[in-house]
This record gives sequence, C-alpha cells and structure tokens, in this order.
Amino acid sequence: MDVLLDIFGSANFWAAAIRIATPLIFGVLGALICERAGVLNLGIEGIFVAGAMAGWLAVYLGAGLWGGVLVALATGATFGLLHAVLAVILGLSQHVSGIGITLLATSLSYFTYRTALPTVTSPPRIVPFQPVSIPGLSDLPFFGPALFQQTPLTFLALAFVALVAFVLYRTPLGLAIRAVGDNPASVEAQGLSVRGLRIGAVVAGSALMALGGAFLTMSAFDAFFFGMVNGRGWICIALVVFASWQPGKALLGALLFGAFDAFQIRLQAEIGQVVPGQVFLMLPYLLSIVALVLVARRADYPRALLQPWFKGQRH
Amino acid sequence: MTSTDTVLSLEGITKRFGKLTANDHLDLSLRRGEILALLGENGAGKTTLMNILFGHYVQDEGVVRVNGEMLPPGSPGAALKAGIGMVHQHFALAENLSGLDNIRLGTEGLFALGGKAAARKKVEQIIAESGLEVDLDRKVASLTVGEKQRVEILKALYRNVRVLILDEPTAVLTPQEAEGLFTVLRRLAANGLGVIFISHKLGEVLSVSTRILVLRGGRKAGELVTADADRRAIADLMVGKAVAEVKRTAATPAETLLEFSDVHLRRGSTRESLRNVGFALRAGEIVGLAGVSGNGQGGIAALISGLAVPDQGAVLLYGEPITRADPRALVAAGVARMPEDRQHDGVVGTMSVADNIAIEEVRSGAFSRMGLLDRKAMQARATSAIAAYDIRCPGPDAEARLLSGGNVQKLILARVLEREPRVILANQPTRGLDVGAQSEVHRRIIAARDRGAAVLVISEDLDELFALADRFLVVHAGEVSDAGPSDRLDRGAVGLLMAGQAA
Repeated sequence: MDVLLDIFGSANFWAAAIRIATPLIFGVLGALICERAGVLNLGIEGIFVAGAMAGWLAVYLGAGLWGGVLVALATGATFGLLHAVLAVILGLSQHVSGIGITLLATSLSYFTYRTALPTVTSPPRIVPFQPVSIPGLSDLPFFGPALFQQTPLTFLALAFVALVAFVLYRTPLGLAIRAVGDNPASVEAQGLSVRGLRIGAVVAGSALMALGGAFLTMSAFDAFFFGMVNGRGWICIALVVFASWQPGKALLGALLFGAFDAFQIRLQAEIGQVVPGQVFLMLPYLLSIVALVLVARRADYPRALLQPWFKGQRH
Repeated sequence: MTSTDTVLSLEGITKRFGKLTANDHLDLSLRRGEILALLGENGAGKTTLMNILFGHYVQDEGVVRVNGEMLPPGSPGAALKAGIGMVHQHFALAENLSGLDNIRLGTEGLFALGGKAAARKKVEQIIAESGLEVDLDRKVASLTVGEKQRVEILKALYRNVRVLILDEPTAVLTPQEAEGLFTVLRRLAANGLGVIFISHKLGEVLSVSTRILVLRGGRKAGELVTADADRRAIADLMVGKAVAEVKRTAATPAETLLEFSDVHLRRGSTRESLRNVGFALRAGEIVGLAGVSGNGQGGIAALISGLAVPDQGAVLLYGEPITRADPRALVAAGVARMPEDRQHDGVVGTMSVADNIAIEEVRSGAFSRMGLLDRKAMQARATSAIAAYDIRCPGPDAEARLLSGGNVQKLILARVLEREPRVILANQPTRGLDVGAQSEVHRRIIAARDRGAAVLVISEDLDELFALADRFLVVHAGEVSDAGPSDRLDRGAVGLLMAGQAA
C-alpha cells in the first residue's frame, strides 16, 4: 500500500503521466477528426513514424524546433491526402488503404533516414524542446511540478483538445463534420461537399497525428530510432472508441494510458525483483483492453464510418 | 406553358442506368401555389426524375429551368440556391444532431460563429406559420418518423424554397400523421409554394393534389386536373392496361401440411412471445393471419422459416415435428418464405439478381456441378425468371439493391415459387407495393394455392387479407384465435379480435 501511496503522491509521477500522454493526445485527436467525418485512418502508426522522422530530420538539418513542427505537420498532411485520395475519392477499403499508408510511411521514413545519414552508427542527437515555466503556476507546490513544467508541445496538445472540441461543437464546420460521419446524404442534401469535408478532415487529422510522432523525437527524446513509435498509433485507434469520439474523453483516455504507463515503470522499480519486467510492460495495454471492453460495448459509432460515398449512387 | 407563374420546368429529361432508361424525354412544369402529384408504379421513374431535378443525378439529356433560368446539372447546392427543396423518401438527416442543427447545416459560413440563436428564431417563426411542430433540441435519432419528416420540410422552408418536392412522404406515416401533412401542404401552397408530391397511393393523391402527372416506364402516360380525375382511369393510366381484378375461387382444402400444436415461444430480441398457439395449414388453402404488428407474428414467421423451434409444444411439418432450427432443411422440404423486410432479409443487396434467385438452391444440384457453382444454369434461370415474373432490372447481373421494392418482391416470388413449394409463408407480401405489383403478387399466391400449396399470409392490411384468405386467424398478445372462413367475416369482427375482444 505504501508503494502505491509513494507513487501517486509524487509530482514526478503525474508529470510523467502527462508527458507519456502527449503523443497519444495528438494521435487520438487526429484519429477522432478523421472518424467523425466517417473515415477510419489506420495510417496513423506510419504517420507517427513519418512525423517523428521528418520533424527530427528538419531540426537536425537546421530548420529549428518550430520549423521541425511545421515539417512534421506537412508530412502528416501529405500522407493524409494520399489516404483521402484512396479512401474518399476512389472509395477503396479504408482498412486496406490505411494499413498500406502505415507500411509505406514507415519504410519511407527509415529509407529517408538511412539515405540522409548513411554513415552514422549511434543515432545523432538534436537539442529538443525544454520544459517551460509558466510564471505563477509552475511554482505551485506539488501541482507546479506535476502539471505545469512541461514542454511547449504538451501545452500545444492540450490547446488542441480545446480547439478541436470548439470547432466540432461550436462552429458550422464542426456541425458539417459530425453530420458527414453520420449520414453523408444529409450533407449533400444541404448543398455541402461530402468529399471536400472528408478530405479536409483526413488531411487535418493526419497532420495532428504526425505531431504525435514529432513529440517523440523532439521533446520526449532527442533522436530518431527505428521502432520508437512502438504501437502508439494503434493505441490511439482504441482510445478513440474508448473516448466515444469526444475530444474531452479522448484527453481523459490518453491521460489514463499515460498514468498506467508511468505507474508500471515505477512499480517495476519497486517490486521488479519479484515479478518479471514484461508483465509491467504489458500492464497499460492490458488495462486499455479492459477499459475498452467496459466502454466500447455501448459505443455510439459514427454511423457512416467506413462507408464510402459516391455521388449519384442509389443508396 | 410560359405563364409568369411557372416556377419550374423540366424539358426533355432523359436518364439511363446502364441498359435501363429510367426517364425518357420527360417534360414537366409547375406553377406557384400548385400541388402537382407525380404518380406512377414503382420503377416508373418518379424518384429518378426528382433526383435529377435536385442534382443528385446528372441527366443524360434535357434541361431544368427555375424561373426561366437554367439549372446547372448535378449540383444540389445550385438547386437549393435556386429555391428547390426536397424531402427524401429515406430521410437525409444526421441522426446524431439535433433537429435545429440539421436545419442549420450548410446554411452558414463554415467558420461563422453565433448563428444558432438567429436560426432558432427563424425556425420557430416558420413552425408557428406552418404548424410543423417539432422539438428542435432533441437528437433526430430519438424523433418519430413523422417528426423527422417535419424536420425535413423545415429544412427546406428555412431556405425559403419556392418549390418543395416530397418523395412518397406518406409511405412511412400513420393515417393521422398523413392527414396532418396534407393540412400543412395545403397551407404552404396557399402561400404560393409550388409542391411536387410523389406517390403511388391514389386516394391521397386525389385528396391533396390540384394536378396529376402519371408516369409509366419512364414516359409521361397522362396528365389531368385532379378535379376531373377518376380513380379507375388513373389506375389504368399507371399500369398501362386495365388493372385485372384478382379472382379467387372457393378453396378445396385437402390434407394438413403444417400444424402448430400448443406452441409456446419465449420473447426474442425481434419477436414477441407466443402462448398456446394451435392451428393447421391445409393443402390448397390460404390462411390469413390478421393482427396489429408486434403481437406474435414475428414468432410464428420465425417458426415456419426455421429460425426458431418452440420452447413447448410442436410445429409439425407433414406430420413430423420440427426439432431443429434449420432453415436449409425446411427449404429443401418444400417450405417457401417471403420475409417481412424483403430488402433486408429477402435479398443480399450487393449480390446479383441471378445469385439471389439461386441462393436457396445452390446445394440442391440445380445450380451446381461437382460442388462448383453452375453459372450458366443460374444465368439461364435468372433470364427466364426476369421474363416470367416481369422483374424490371438491367439484367441478371444487376445488383439486387438497385431494384425497387416491387421488383425485389417479384425476385423473391421467382426464387421460391419455381420450386413448387408445398408450404408458403407470405409475410406482408405487398407492403409498399403499387397496384400493379400488388395484383401480380396476389395472382401468384392464389395460383400456388390452386396448385395445392398451403399458404399463410401475414398482413396488417385487412383489404389484402380479405382479397386472399380463405380462412382467418387473428393473433393478439401472443395468442391465436381461429376466426373461421373469410366469407362469413367482416372487417368489424376481425377488428374486435385484433383488439383482443371476443367477436
């Protein structure tokens, strides 16, 4: 019991949870935007890798950290556009197209990395984003170190939660995105472009996903490794369902996962001699599955998810 | 017709789907304040014409003019801007949004803020003027069908349309809701709106329209002023020939083929429970099962279809109890099924007409050789069935989902009747079908009876039951009562039994 109190009572634990959650927040928001418009984007895992690589490489080549962020966004948007062409314009299977994007983006990233840096043996490093202090808040006891000593990308992720929620629920654009994911006919009958909305949502969502990858190489670490994304994209796909396609709950889901992960690292340190380490690595994923089972059975899927839309087709 | 009052004119509209010409050089004009009924059988081209008008389809030939201005084809946005509003048969509503949000959708700049309050005010005013009562803040998913339709009409009125198209608006409404809709339409027309009303129900067309345009096979079959119209004449125009009255001779029932003996069935997800149900279906007899839907029809249909076995009691087929829920064995034994939801349970929409006709028999050897599908035989059967049953479709390879409801039902008839089944379950056999298709289905069912089949017709339409049934059963609250021969019954007596009172 004391072990648990120690863990949950430390500001360090909560700071780690938020840090671990950050890439997931970007990813789950991106997936949420795509799916709200009716398009599943399984390219997410590869887009994470591409964003991680492209952002990092840009910084390494001298673009500056924010330049790297822009490059990552553009990379994600490009793969998103490809997915949109295949899944929205051509109406191909969203599963197949998405998995194809993941394979393509992953291998293209590794290829580019190797081509750009053919000789290095140990991964070269950049100077990553540093934690920023928010005057007043960061100095609070416990809460300061727990919540307010993060890197700019984490604060950006949190800002995006609010922005996505605002756009979805408070603007006519969000209204149209929610409608096109439920019944494209409703959107077309009101004179809006089903394809335009879906393409836009997939491109924007994919750009956000790439930021999740960029956070890994430009904030959490300072270098690019093969395999560093390690399933985070897939976790986001599950988290969207867990979140019932709502930005607020998506934040909650990402934080929950971050907390599980931070918890297992610390638990491992405490009782690692007794229980094999692999059990702890498994823990956050296992708990995600449990959470998903509890929540997702009642999940209210966007009704038009996975359904391509062809104009003039009988439906 | 170049009167200044003409708001809309369609000139020489032609639309082909593959080999099928859905609209063949059609002309139509509409004046302010007029309610034009567009009448025709299923597949006559009504919906296609309206979908062209609204820009869902692009015509192959012809032009649409609104107030004399040509409308660019294939653009719902342009149609809306020109003042055309459409209420689709399948509602074009996002069910996860509120009624108000559905109405606003697409009317404001995508990044405009704060339009909701103004929108609400305007919609509330329209509601007050038109009488289209609806709770604007409820999610559409939780609205009744009638309320959803009112949201659809409000959507159009909110955009200040001058022409309102309603595609079979009463198909989904109760008689009371339909009456309410007519009142609204008359009021809107009186205020100068032009209304096009698509239907295949003669009665309501005569009651609400001012002018009638009849389509048949994609062409204009006739046009008349409602005040001078005669029911019989319109029906003949729609079908293209005098509609044959279906004649039913007296039945000569023989041996019992199917028997329910003290059957009990627990409630399922899609059916009510059955208690103590006993009746017999005899060869050469049509038995009509009357009842308000949801009183046990689903259970009886499931038992005869081989989708369930009784919890107590027995269903005897040719004297042997059915012990396993095994649809294939039942089909092989000579049971034919026409499911209630024919589009959903009767065909596989993405499979071809030929596949759907053969689907129940692929194992029997008729359509397979050495375990492989005999495509040639399937194709041949489909080609002959399309001709014999008048299934209107581009051909045997057309996907079944492209067929209209009446043609899907003919496909199912072709599938099940060709085998000369001994027991036939016809569940809502003509729901949603037009006069021509209806009499065709009735004729086929009676012919099957005359051949010696035992038929159970489940229907909510008493007229249909009186036209078909030799004997009546009535189901109420899971119990079935025998109402006796149909020639000794009247609607009132059946109605009392349906309400659960002894006649």
